[in-house]
Amino acid sequence: MIWTPSNEALAELAENVTAGSGGLLENPMIAHGELTVHARAEQIVEALTFLRDDSGLQFHQLIDICGADYPQRPLRFDVVYHLLSMTKNRRVRVKLQTDEDTPVPSVTGVHPGAEWFEREAFDMYGVFFAGHPDLRRLLTDYGFHGHPMRKDFPMTGYVEVRYDDDLKRVVYEPVKSVEFRSWDFLSPWEGAEYAKPGQGYPHVLPGDEKAGDGR
Amino acid sequence: MSIEHAPSPVEALSGETAVPTTAGPDVQAGPPPATVETPVRKFSINFGPQHPAAHGVLRLILELDGELVERVDPHIGLLHRGTEKLIEARPYTQNTPYFDRLDYVAPMNQEHAFVIAIERLMGLEVPIRGQLIRVLYCEIGRILNHLLNVTTQAMDVGALTPICWGFEEREKLMVFYEKASGARMHANFFRPGGVRQDLPESLIDEIARWCELFPKALDDIETLITGNRIFKQRNVDIGVVSKEQALAWGFTGVMLRGAGVAWDLRRNQPYECYDELEFDIPLGLNSDCYDRYLCRMEEMRQSVRIMVQCIDRLRGTPGLVLSDDHKVAPPRRGEMKQSMEALIHHFKLFSEGFHVPAGEVYAAVEAPKGEFGVYLVADGTNKPYRCKIRAPSYPHLSAMDWLNRGHMLADVSAILGSLDIVFGEIDR
Repeated sequence: MIWTPSNEALAELAENVTAGSGGLLENPMIAHGELTVHARAEQIVEALTFLRDDSGLQFHQLIDICGADYPQRPLRFDVVYHLLSMTKNRRVRVKLQTDEDTPVPSVTGVHPGAEWFEREAFDMYGVFFAGHPDLRRLLTDYGFHGHPMRKDFPMTGYVEVRYDDDLKRVVYEPVKSVEFRSWDFLSPWEGAEYAKPGQGYPHVLPGDEKAGDGR
Repeated sequence: MSIEHAPSPVEALSGETAVPTTAGPDVQAGPPPATVETPVRKFSINFGPQHPAAHGVLRLILELDGELVERVDPHIGLLHRGTEKLIEARPYTQNTPYFDRLDYVAPMNQEHAFVIAIERLMGLEVPIRGQLIRVLYCEIGRILNHLLNVTTQAMDVGALTPICWGFEEREKLMVFYEKASGARMHANFFRPGGVRQDLPESLIDEIARWCELFPKALDDIETLITGNRIFKQRNVDIGVVSKEQALAWGFTGVMLRGAGVAWDLRRNQPYECYDELEFDIPLGLNSDCYDRYLCRMEEMRQSVRIMVQCIDRLRGTPGLVLSDDHKVAPPRRGEMKQSMEALIHHFKLFSEGFHVPAGEVYAAVEAPKGEFGVYLVADGTNKPYRCKIRAPSYPHLSAMDWLNRGHMLADVSAILGSLDIVFGEIDR
């Protein structure tokens, strides 16, 4: 249980945010006591500046920036900004979409604290931030390849390290350990993927592929 | 033998005396000996990754001009375990243990944010007794954290006794963790819909007794540190953060309250039953390392106050501690012996887990270090689609560069100590 603003207060906030921004922020959505607005990648600096400087909003604090990966979309990445206004006691989530090649303008000029959050999003997802002062990897190993939080990056990664007693140093080797087992516990009767309304009997149940021709 | 050829010390000395010295009066006619300025080489040193004052595995690359710090480049990620990636591959209830391992100094506070996120997505209510136990243990976590931070900060600047005294109290608190959950640190005690199990009456009495004695232990620690001349010399006016800087850099918790901003999620965006409890929020005046220390000391006293209120209410509030919605919370063992349905619920919950309706939510709690948030994206299945963990000390550490510029090398460890960082949650 947690305090959240009422839906009326959020609707008012959504109105202030979208109307005041002059098209920078649109498509407001209210769910679970939170407001989400969408921005276009190339306008994110203006959008966050507006949210920070507008006297009725005062979203002074950038709480978090993170990426999210939806590989089935053409613009596969979401970049999600969480802002907090301490004077108005409101939160807002700003989302934008981008892909592997299109850089998102860095918001370090608006919120200097964005520096490490953007570095992390770059490290984990490979989202580029244009104008970032120092876009290096942050959390992964020195000399790491790939972006581990992408959905197509395997859970075990590609290399593993061990100490080599002959070479007297740590060596990197391709992963030899047991393959990560992704357990499928979804019930064929409840699982979202299998039984969709209107499709009649679900076509493939988990385990059917093992039955082969003798089915 | 080579030793025969070596000049005797007397010979060497006499050879040296033959060289005209600049101090003699006969060289004054020449140009005065220019005071040769030795070119001071700026150098960079590694602080860590293994350094007792680095509070974990932090590698700081310090660029120094003499003893003045010119630039700090923190290299983090040495404890990166891919927690967020692992969470995406597990059913919801199997993920709470990962939250203990983030800020392992105050484990239950992290679990709290995660279960609140799930509860908000599913619209679950927590029984009042469950809420009280959660608040009680979150405040224990706050004291665990502040005791560690305050005493290690004192150790970073040279005082060795406080940590021994503080850890004695921490040990008692970890026994309370153990008696409630079975584990001293990695409790895995919170569940969506409440807590794992009720506290025995004797444990509540024990915690109540501890609450009476603990302020005395705090007083003792304060006699060692608060007025200590060395501690003050090392901390007063060091690492000053202005209000504007604290807001711009996303500071929360004591880092923000130390700068005089009255912001505490327990008060401003209350969760659980915090709005029914009485406590004060200490604020700093000078926003230096010393004020942050004072804030933490006072917060511990306020936490004891909250704990006492929780204990009083727990004694008069019998009832459930976990939701009785068995689609989410497992049935009790005794029930399973009697009821087929309870057995099925149990089996389903511990194999498939429960499904969380699609949606996204950001749940934040006031963890001891600041705002600990969980951004949870659910896609309707039994596993989170995305779970971003917003660790409070992450933005604090990212400010190391400008916080340390112009300070002396020895201040780095004092500032680092007052930032209150733990690498479990920064590296994730």
